[in-house]
Amino acid sequence: MREKPILRVGTKLLIPFILLFALYVQFHGDFGPGGGFQAGVIFAAAFILYALVFGMANARAALPAGLRRQIMALGVLLYAGVGVVGMLAGGNFLDYSVLSDTPTTGQHIGIFLVELGVGMNVFAAMATIFFVFASRDPSAKEDG
Amino acid sequence: MIELLDIAVLSMMVVSAVAVLWLRNLFAVVMLSGAYSLLAATLYVLLDAVDVAFTEAAVGAGIATVLMLGTLTMVPRQEKETRRGSLGGLLVVAATGALLVYGTLDMPEFGDPDAPIHRHVVPRYMQDSPAEVGLPNVVTSVLASYRGYDTLGETTVIFTAAIGVMALLGWGRRRKP
Repeated sequence: MREKPILRVGTKLLIPFILLFALYVQFHGDFGPGGGFQAGVIFAAAFILYALVFGMANARAALPAGLRRQIMALGVLLYAGVGVVGMLAGGNFLDYSVLSDTPTTGQHIGIFLVELGVGMNVFAAMATIFFVFASRDPSAKEDG
Repeated sequence: MIELLDIAVLSMMVVSAVAVLWLRNLFAVVMLSGAYSLLAATLYVLLDAVDVAFTEAAVGAGIATVLMLGTLTMVPRQEKETRRGSLGGLLVVAATGALLVYGTLDMPEFGDPDAPIHRHVVPRYMQDSPAEVGLPNVVTSVLASYRGYDTLGETTVIFTAAIGVMALLGWGRRRKP
């Protein structure tokens, strides 16, 4: 892909906006359509685009396998952890109302954290599935 | 007007589905199934299910297409020529389709306020979620709070899927060529 400057420059211009849009979808899901799942997929799409244009070796350097696995596991842990914190605070599992003084504030905090967990998990899982698939591609091996 | 749009989107979906069956070039098939997903997302917007449309566009049209393209790099581009005109297959497909259509005859009218789905827990969510959860987007309230168990399960499913892919395809280890 080194001989395609338009593609490379266009990708570099697009990626920050894709990441920003993913963050918007993540943190605006309370008010409009969207949420952790969609945000995670869009965030992963930015890295997939990067991998397609700049090759798997660069993409691996940007997002190492160990980091992906940690984000993936941390997302599920964060979700389940919010539930356990709710239990420790005296409520039921995944009852966010006890997380703060007023129930609606607690719900806000709980939903924010839970959606963040979903976003982290989905992002890392989608990126991992693509990376693992793509590194079996014979033409990707030449890049590294 | 909306009905016209519905008919236009649905007929384009039928055309792309038939074309997927007809074509032998797998690259075109993958692209057309992506287009099919995008049309489905448009249909969900027409049905006022914006959150579902968003997911369909991101996952069905985006990630699924990329994964299929990734698979295409490992297999030939052209589908193998098979003997066409299997009468038994046609009969099975026609019978299954007829059964499915027969099943829809029992369904309530679209937008019917007396449909079972609108009389179970939905009125309670719509009335009480502003006071109980306080989010403007009730879909998020239902997914993350009222149905938090289900969403935790879905998150675990995605986690398990990624673990399974890593276990099957070698933990990201690159094989020596």
